[in-house]
Amino acid sequence: MSFARAILISCVLLAAALVLSVAFGPVYIPPGTVLALFLARAGGAALPAEAAGTFSTILFELRLPHALLILLTGAALAGSGASYQGLFRNPLADPYLIGVASGAGLGAVIAMSIRWPADLIGLYVIPAAAFAGAVATVLIVYSLARYGRSLPTTTLILAGVAVSSFATSLTSFLMLRSTEELRRATGWLLGGSLMSGWQPVLAVLPYVAVGLAILVTSGHALNVLQFGEEQASQMGLPAERVKFLLLLAASLTAASAVAFAGIIGFIGLIVPHLVRLLWGADYRRLIPLSIISGGTALLIADLMARVVLQPQVVPVGIVTALAGAPFFLWVLRRAKNQGYW
Amino acid sequence: MLKIEGLSVSYGRRRALKGVSLGVDSGEVVALIGPNGSGKSTLIRAASGVLPVDAGDVRVDGRSLAELSTMERARYLAVVPQARNLPPAFSVYESILLGRTPYLGWLGRAGDTDHERVRYALERTQMQPLADRLVGELSGGEQQRVLLARALAQDAPVLLLDEPTTHLDLQHRETLIHLVRELASSRRLAVLMVLHDLNLASLYADRLSLLVDGELRATGTPEEVLTEETLSMVYHVPVHVIPHPEYGTPLILPDGRGNEPNMVNTKADRK
Repeated sequence: MSFARAILISCVLLAAALVLSVAFGPVYIPPGTVLALFLARAGGAALPAEAAGTFSTILFELRLPHALLILLTGAALAGSGASYQGLFRNPLADPYLIGVASGAGLGAVIAMSIRWPADLIGLYVIPAAAFAGAVATVLIVYSLARYGRSLPTTTLILAGVAVSSFATSLTSFLMLRSTEELRRATGWLLGGSLMSGWQPVLAVLPYVAVGLAILVTSGHALNVLQFGEEQASQMGLPAERVKFLLLLAASLTAASAVAFAGIIGFIGLIVPHLVRLLWGADYRRLIPLSIISGGTALLIADLMARVVLQPQVVPVGIVTALAGAPFFLWVLRRAKNQGYW
Repeated sequence: MLKIEGLSVSYGRRRALKGVSLGVDSGEVVALIGPNGSGKSTLIRAASGVLPVDAGDVRVDGRSLAELSTMERARYLAVVPQARNLPPAFSVYESILLGRTPYLGWLGRAGDTDHERVRYALERTQMQPLADRLVGELSGGEQQRVLLARALAQDAPVLLLDEPTTHLDLQHRETLIHLVRELASSRRLAVLMVLHDLNLASLYADRLSLLVDGELRATGTPEEVLTEETLSMVYHVPVHVIPHPEYGTPLILPDGRGNEPNMVNTKADRK
């Protein structure tokens, strides 16, 4: 199947997931009305009478910003997951499993525990702190897991688990001894958005956009890196510098997702894997397709999280973990058969 | 074409190469031989610029590789490593196309010339029938040919090969070395190749360089280097050297006694 068709199909699925996501909630907005409202907003046409007031407010002030935040988060997690897999030459690398998410969470909680002079500053400091936490974690895990010139799955996952539990414990400790503000963070850490409205969307957008833009262009470099650092250099790719740049870009992307949506596991593992099964291992296709489908996957998970126990909302991280953990075991078995460990 | 001058490399405190100098002309095949751990692979890796060197210089066509960027270097010098852990999910064609990396931009968009070079490399290595197969499905010999084709697509005047025949059976070994020999002559490549098999080296190389303990012990034609005296001393086993029945090049036969002077000659005993 051609790349253009794969992109088209993924985009159609994403659009459908987006419409469904904003349609469902305590108040049901029929998808037809959603489309009509979008068209009206875009074209400035007159709104259908009953839809104009409440529906419009719910859609544009609550549901759409929430859905876009979820979409950006899913895209960021899947895009960074696919990139980590390419960088580490390991199909099980996922921002959650290798501890990057917990490290970013710790960074974010440290930033939250400081009383910033204005809310808005905090909004921009949190992702930076999450980024620092993510980069520190990935460097620690990488150096712990590295065995000679290879990165075996066993050591990668073990180092990820150990560093991740350490970061999570520190996070819990910080949250226990702190007050009000951090208590909100409990729900957030399980993958519920911290804030609603357009502010977090606008705050996360620049980080995710920059990170993903770098990752989208990196497919060829990741392809060359699949031969290992030494051969990549002999083939003309400055492997060390490229790896470092991509590690930063992937961590920036993953960290900004964590900073605004909490710790959501397995999206970075499931989505690239399915894309690879459907459309092949070429990273020039894998990364953009994972990004689009990551948005779709998390929108669907979020939708399920909101409707299953209505009116109660299950943190989306629980939904992705419920689906993702068995999937992870399946991939683990496949990876074993393919000789990764 | 390729000039290695006084190259020294150490791993920690161990000195793996001690001031090695050798040259390879265009169209010439030089085989690098020597016992295990003598520094043959290290020489190939250092010459390709992936190891930090203590001293010395590698020049291709008069230009020092140290002054070139990674990308420029890959246009002068292509490496064929041992076929181990190749990315299994790329097709043969995709893998060879990645050999064009030194001519592609960051996005890796390949043009007509690139695809033409890949087709040429496929044809020369007789890999066209396998072009769409996944590398992971191929045999060791076929994977080694993919790596040779990838290096060919890289279009460099110097070709370095690190034990390309290690995991191959007799037929594939002959075919691969024959092809390398033929490419050196027809494309005027300067080829430096690590070879374990002394008889292959004798048969196919113009000159041999014998590396022992990181030092160059001898360089010259097969007749000059492959003498009973030198080999027995370097490999610590007695050997016989007889002329090849067809070409007259040296042919090395094990003596059958191992390196213990009093050990029984098993073959003689059985007689």
